Amino acid sequence: MSIIVNGKEVEYKNNESVSDLLKRMHYTFPLIVVKINGLLIKKNLYATSIVPDDSDIQVVHMISGG
Amino acid sequence: MNETKQKRIQETLQSKTVGIAGAGGLGSNAAIALVRAGVGKIIIVDFDVVEQSNLSRQYYFLDQIGAKKVFTLKKNIHRIYPNTQVEAIELTLEKGRMHEPFLSSDVIIEALDDAQTKTNFIEDIQVHLPNTPLVAASGVAGYGHSDRIETKRLDNLYICYDEQAESSENDVLLAPKVCLMANWQANIALELLLGEDE
Repeated sequence: MSIIVNGKEVEYKNNESVSDLLKRMHYTFPLIVVKINGLLIKKNLYATSIVPDDSDIQVVHMISGG
Repeated sequence: MNETKQKRIQETLQSKTVGIAGAGGLGSNAAIALVRAGVGKIIIVDFDVVEQSNLSRQYYFLDQIGAKKVFTLKKNIHRIYPNTQVEAIELTLEKGRMHEPFLSSDVIIEALDDAQTKTNFIEDIQVHLPNTPLVAASGVAGYGHSDRIETKRLDNLYICYDEQAESSENDVLLAPKVCLMANWQANIALELLLGEDE
């Protein structure tokens, strides 16, 4: 039972939300983009979206400047 | 010069549309690179005017200070290639509707400034136009460290990324790094339009 977060294998936790996973991974940047198995997770759904077992999660943080 | 390849590229790009959100350091330079490469149509959206401080990195000139960026960029593009189609849209993008100007784009470039706006834009495009590839940028401030830049691919979202860069609020914006990332985005866009260079 494991998931992949930014290319690294991480322990899967039953019923874990995206918010909880971000906390567990210490991703504290306020502005991020999260994709699970290729699908973008809307920010307002982080607290209610559950991370499935075996999933591939990508997290990128957005930095101001352009 | 491989003229057969050049001709094939010109023919393909001529029929393509690239949408660019933001006409600042990233957007103005990416637009110019794509126009020079031969992209047939550019849609450019911005609300801002050219300021003196923009001249350090954006594709504008001293005598253009005070003018709206989108219309000025259109003029600058037409000084290079008068036949490139440019849809210049003066607009502040609003969360929930940020995808609307870009419906006909083959590829979209995120060239916005503020991290919150960037994140909102990525969400709107990926939710409303999930089949249109999106090329974003994160970490344009500072100088040097060119080798830290990488392309992060999250399916059809490509991020030109310097994870260790500071926010522009706490750092400087200078032409070499900003233009490097703008051209990096343009180069990804070309690859998406043409297929991988083999």
